[in-house]
Amino acid sequence: MPREVREVVFVDGVRTPFGKAGGMYAETRADDLVIRCIRELMRRNPQLPPERVDEVAIAATTQIGDQGLTIGRTAALLAGLPKTVPGYAIDRMCAGAMTAVTNVAGGIAMGAYDIAIAGGVEHMGRHPMGEGVDPNPRILAEKLVDPSALVMGATAENLHDRLPDITKERVDRYGLNSQLKTAKAYADGKLQGDLVPVALRDAEQGWGLATVDEAPRETSLEKLATLKTPFRPHGRVTAGNAAGLNDGATAALLADEATARELGLPVAMRMVSFGYVGVEPEIMGYGPIPSTEKALKKAGLTIDDIGLFELNEAFAVQVLAFLDHYGIAEDDPRVNPWGGAIAIGHPLASSGVRLMTQLARHFAEHPEVRYGLTAMCIGIGMGGTVIWENPNWKGADK
Amino acid sequence: MTIEHPNEVVTKAIVRLVAVPGLDRQAALITLDNGFDYKKPNSFGPAGLASLDAAITEATAAEPAFIAITGKPYIFCVGADITGIPFLTSREQALELGELGHRVFVRLKNSTIPTFAFINGAALGGGLEVALHCHYRTVSTGATALGLPEVAIGLVPGWGGSQLLPNLIGAPGAAQVILQNPLTQKVLRPKQARELGVADEIFEAADFLESSLLWAAGVVGGKTTVERPEVDKDMWDGVLFFAKQQLDEKLHGAVPSANKALELLALAKEATFEDGTAAETEALADLIMGDESRASLYAFDLVQRRAKRPVGVPDKALARKVTKVGIIGAGLMASQLALLFARRLQVPVVLTDLDQARVDKGVGYVLGQIDKLASRGRLDEGTAAKLRGLVSGSVDKSVFADADFVIEAVFENLDLKKQIWAELEKIVSPEAILATNTSSLSVTEMAADLEHPERVVGFHFFNPVAVLPLLEIIKGERTDDATVATAFAVGKELKKSSVLVKDAPAFVVNRVLTRFTSEVFKAVDAGTPLDVVDTAFDPLGLPMRPIALLQLVGPAVAHHVGETLHAAFPDRFADSPTLKKIVDAGLPLLVDDEINPEVVKLATGGSAPLTTDEVRGKALEALAEEIRLMLDEGVVAEAQDIDLCMVLGAGWPMHLGGVTPYLDRSGISEKVTGKRFLPKGVGSLPA
Repeated sequence: MPREVREVVFVDGVRTPFGKAGGMYAETRADDLVIRCIRELMRRNPQLPPERVDEVAIAATTQIGDQGLTIGRTAALLAGLPKTVPGYAIDRMCAGAMTAVTNVAGGIAMGAYDIAIAGGVEHMGRHPMGEGVDPNPRILAEKLVDPSALVMGATAENLHDRLPDITKERVDRYGLNSQLKTAKAYADGKLQGDLVPVALRDAEQGWGLATVDEAPRETSLEKLATLKTPFRPHGRVTAGNAAGLNDGATAALLADEATARELGLPVAMRMVSFGYVGVEPEIMGYGPIPSTEKALKKAGLTIDDIGLFELNEAFAVQVLAFLDHYGIAEDDPRVNPWGGAIAIGHPLASSGVRLMTQLARHFAEHPEVRYGLTAMCIGIGMGGTVIWENPNWKGADK
Repeated sequence: MTIEHPNEVVTKAIVRLVAVPGLDRQAALITLDNGFDYKKPNSFGPAGLASLDAAITEATAAEPAFIAITGKPYIFCVGADITGIPFLTSREQALELGELGHRVFVRLKNSTIPTFAFINGAALGGGLEVALHCHYRTVSTGATALGLPEVAIGLVPGWGGSQLLPNLIGAPGAAQVILQNPLTQKVLRPKQARELGVADEIFEAADFLESSLLWAAGVVGGKTTVERPEVDKDMWDGVLFFAKQQLDEKLHGAVPSANKALELLALAKEATFEDGTAAETEALADLIMGDESRASLYAFDLVQRRAKRPVGVPDKALARKVTKVGIIGAGLMASQLALLFARRLQVPVVLTDLDQARVDKGVGYVLGQIDKLASRGRLDEGTAAKLRGLVSGSVDKSVFADADFVIEAVFENLDLKKQIWAELEKIVSPEAILATNTSSLSVTEMAADLEHPERVVGFHFFNPVAVLPLLEIIKGERTDDATVATAFAVGKELKKSSVLVKDAPAFVVNRVLTRFTSEVFKAVDAGTPLDVVDTAFDPLGLPMRPIALLQLVGPAVAHHVGETLHAAFPDRFADSPTLKKIVDAGLPLLVDDEINPEVVKLATGGSAPLTTDEVRGKALEALAEEIRLMLDEGVVAEAQDIDLCMVLGAGWPMHLGGVTPYLDRSGISEKVTGKRFLPKGVGSLPA
């Protein structure tokens, strides 16, 4: 049957403050983090009747225990959404939440959903990377990929090998800048609006409230230079130029644009295109470059049309590879204006929606910008990119 | 400090400074946590109060935007640690306990920094009182039990509750929370607490603490205003007058804690907080140093602990699985049992009777009850559908072939029951449990001719079986441990409090109550007017007067049990001619809550009428004698079991401790049997 593709809009996004693995969320359940996000979305958008939510897609990389049990469905129930609202769990490692967004966007565009919630959670304290994995022995026996492909830090070192222009000094400087930008964004009150306060409890200290990210730190180039390179002796990747191990959750409301307008929901971003691409798993950090090419091509845009970038900072080398490829300066103000995962943290499957939520805030502040993109590298050699249009954009003159 | 509680599980008050969005200063959040899970709730003993005192000092010193108190998961605080009360041996100590709580709690009331209670879970007694001292309160939809139940255990809200609550929500609400709810074993649900004004806001459990902290920030920041309706003082006296009338009608002044609570509520109308709380402390000390509260605490402990860990029961590992239940008979009792077994065990339950019409009626009754429960929302539709599928009936006893537990509820006739068991033994497996719901026949005799008498057990319920929590489990002489263990396991699944009883005539509750009734009718036979015997027990505050009790049990049933006991113990259990006349006449005993004048006419004759005091004295002496004999015969393990049975099966009041603490404290046990049932300090003040 003939039908029109419908416009998909990003209505609103929230996240928990991100914790350090073993830190403030040590005694908090992963599902409770994502439940808080879903409830906050509903609280912030009271004009949305809960029964109008058609889908709840929640990503987690390690779907075990409190991240298992089809977390999209169980979190929806526990968040108090009506039992009629379905949900599912989804996994594409670091791009879990991004994939949740693009999946439900596909459903919205073809008319299967009017409203959906997409998000992700990763409690890396409770579920360390690699928990319960059982790689097929053929990977080694048939040399399908280099064993280093399964260790993300090692793939970042591999990327350094391929791109010798990206030096240790450059990645450290990038890491420092990320911290400085995040500190400034906090000082200017830019990040607080995205955060959902989370009640915390531990036996020693009693109840508390998480209201800020735990990972950002003060540092300097001198200090960064002294950090260990855990993935390779005399290597380049350190805790200072890579995202840490974090706990956190995100969620966003996606909608068919007409439905959003009918219900009076805000329209923060309009989805233009998206692309996922596989690359050599040994250099997974390269992934966002071809995925961006793909998304740009589908949108009929070029990199020059993009006015704002939210790039996931799994590793500084991987961001610099992207910027170098496109000839963008590493301190370009369009890129990660409020810092990134190196400072804020990267609870794997949750991060995609954080990028989008922040891009939405930038859009609101920058009506002169028409297009922005969110991109991230993904384990086992993939990249993902989503291009968004700013509904606040008021015409061609910049 | 002179008061000590050597076994106190200390609830610590932990201070944490938290940043709350919207506030430029941190808030001080105090968590009450005893370090255990919800099964061992937070409570306040002397060390716990000291910890809270220190926490308030620490919190205040931090000059926070506000101070808030909350609990551990599911539990706010369930009040004073009553396990410490037996250690209080002097009035000075009792006064000190009251003063200690007041001294710590009042700091939250007088604080110049705004104080909040975030009632995240159960808040009872002193737990709710600490919240009442705070300037504001929020309550979680997950806080399932809220209240001031002190009166039920012989005390009064003694840490400010009797003064703060009526001035917060008015006298009618306070009378409900402080008097009516405790005396009817009710607590407030969170919604009710909000509606009554006990809490200023209610938030969903999923993010209760987050919502409460943000709300509190709004209140101290002036963004949120808290409005409370003004308390109506004009109706105060009238409400309390009415409450007193109701209490006197039911309890006849027998419950000192209720009277004291009323006095404190009256005082709260005009008294300053200082005077009101000073009166509370005195009242609490009087009650703590009274036998009634000690008996109440003893009974409370029996119901809370002993009922859950029955004494003398074989290892539960011996219990056999019950996957299908058979019920012989389809009359009213049998149908009630079928419903109970189906609901609680959720296994197939099959009823049999002599003809199809009876079977259909029995099954129809069960299905009707299931529909009724479902329509009232007491059963969800899925469970109702499951239960409907579990209950069936037949006229052919072969349906019992694969049942593991068959209970009979047929007419009380030994030969009939023996015949049924003999027939059944040919059908069921040798291990199937054969249970009898007899209220007075010998379980041992019933099993005597069976090939496997070791699987027969008595399963004595109390009417109405869905409501009364007691189950007397009777071990016949040859009943084996696996059978007893299975019976207790089933009893637990039925959510009953089971007590192990030896196979003795009429078991426990019926024997005690029948001896009691027998003495009452001895007095009637001797010429005492019915209304005199009927009011003779008012000073005890029993749940109902003797004639109303007889009406409830049914004169015919009472007479039948009486005959059994008369046959067993003819010198103690008289066969009353007056009772016989009443049974034969078949008249209702009460008309409009008054003794039927026609029945009064039947109770004439006799030439030696007794006074109320004499009737009461003789009946209680008879009880002391009977209970001593029962203990000597080994009917139950200890006096505690008798008291537990009387509280749960006969509804005898907590302030009597069931019965033996009262017999001890009134000197009757020693007068009649030469010794007490319980040592001093157990169910009574320590020596």
